[in-house]
Amino acid sequence: MRHWLIVCVALTLAGAAVFWWITRPVMASAEVLAGLEPDVAAGQQVYYAGGCSSCHAVPEAEGEAKLMLAGGRAFPSPYGTFYAPNISPDPVQGIGGWTALDLYNAMHNGTSPEGAHYFPAFPYASYIKVAAQDIVSLHAYLQTLPASDTASRPHELRFPFNIRRSLGGWKFLFLRDDWNIPDSLTEAETRGRYLVEALGHCGECHTPRGPLGGLQLDRWMGGAPNPVGKGNIPNITPGKLTWSEGDIVEYLSSGFTPEFDTAGGHMVNVIENIARLPESDRAAIAAYLKRLTPIP
Amino acid sequence: MRFSRIFVTGSIVASLIGTAVFAGSHITPEMAAAKARQSHMQLSAFNLGILGEMAKGTVEFDAAASQAAADNLAALATMNQTAYWKAGSSNFDIENTAALPEIWDNIPDVVAKAQGLAEAAVAMQASAGTLEGVQANIGAVGGACGACHKVYRQPNN
Repeated sequence: MRHWLIVCVALTLAGAAVFWWITRPVMASAEVLAGLEPDVAAGQQVYYAGGCSSCHAVPEAEGEAKLMLAGGRAFPSPYGTFYAPNISPDPVQGIGGWTALDLYNAMHNGTSPEGAHYFPAFPYASYIKVAAQDIVSLHAYLQTLPASDTASRPHELRFPFNIRRSLGGWKFLFLRDDWNIPDSLTEAETRGRYLVEALGHCGECHTPRGPLGGLQLDRWMGGAPNPVGKGNIPNITPGKLTWSEGDIVEYLSSGFTPEFDTAGGHMVNVIENIARLPESDRAAIAAYLKRLTPIP
Repeated sequence: MRFSRIFVTGSIVASLIGTAVFAGSHITPEMAAAKARQSHMQLSAFNLGILGEMAKGTVEFDAAASQAAADNLAALATMNQTAYWKAGSSNFDIENTAALPEIWDNIPDVVAKAQGLAEAAVAMQASAGTLEGVQANIGAVGGACGACHKVYRQPNN
């Protein structure tokens, strides 16, 4: 009897230890950025490819005002409402005090400088694939943007989703840094894969999610319900998207569909950013999309 | 007696079916308004397409065709559309529309954006006689379309 009690207690402790280990926030050490020098001009391209302002700019901001990443945009979800934080260079309210390694840990590991988990509304499940060099350059570029002393608004989440520790379990299940289409790609397709899967984080909206909020990778880019309202985000695999590569490039440049409808919703923000990249990058995205497994 | 019971039952069933069919096919004023908007958008896209294909170079520039399309586009963009942006015809109220309810919460902004499209279309009309003129103005027209679609249209309905 006494023997079984000891076994039970030992198993419980072991389980708790495993849980604690699995759910601990991961932080990389400085070696990951060793020898990397920032390139501010390249960082600006990373900034547009990554679409930082689409979420972190003040809602409704247009033109130059979009460079002030004071946050505040609301993202309603089944778990509650997330609010984009201030990531302007303000040292107190923003991320002016962050090192490049802090930004790396945020984007790759979803971990704050204080060692807390971020919610995956911040798309680190995509940014985990961003090259360390690009993060170092982005960090330098972000420091050049205007600062705002607006305080970040706390998320309003329902129990139990407000327990940050549980996000360690989410990361254990869903945080992967491997590519969703295999190698043996052309140079353009490889660049397109990086832009779509890593920086552009296109899959965050264009791929459906399971009950725990992880992407259903067997339906990669196969379309999904609109995360913030009625309607759907379209399937952009060759199973549905029959546009030519030229049509896709035109859409990502001007917003015009082949029927001369225009982009709507959040995609307008995406195009405003992607249109600032070199034409070769838009062509790379089109080439990649054509290589996707068709989802009917 | 037996016959009349069958007759009465039969007519009740028939009238129920009739009501259901009527309800199914009945076009409400709100649905008609949404259809009118979509027709307007379709006409705009068709005329914009004539200009856009020439701007891209997929169709050879033709000054008469370009001017006609730009005239149509300007006429459409300056039409009074009040009647078909009818309250109660959002995607929250009826099927087969992508119009978000926010339109009716922000009328001054919607009017300002419509005015932006009218200005862009009139500018296009004034310079549609040359390929350079079309190319210089097509981006602004598309931008004005997108400004409204960005905030007020449900994605991929």
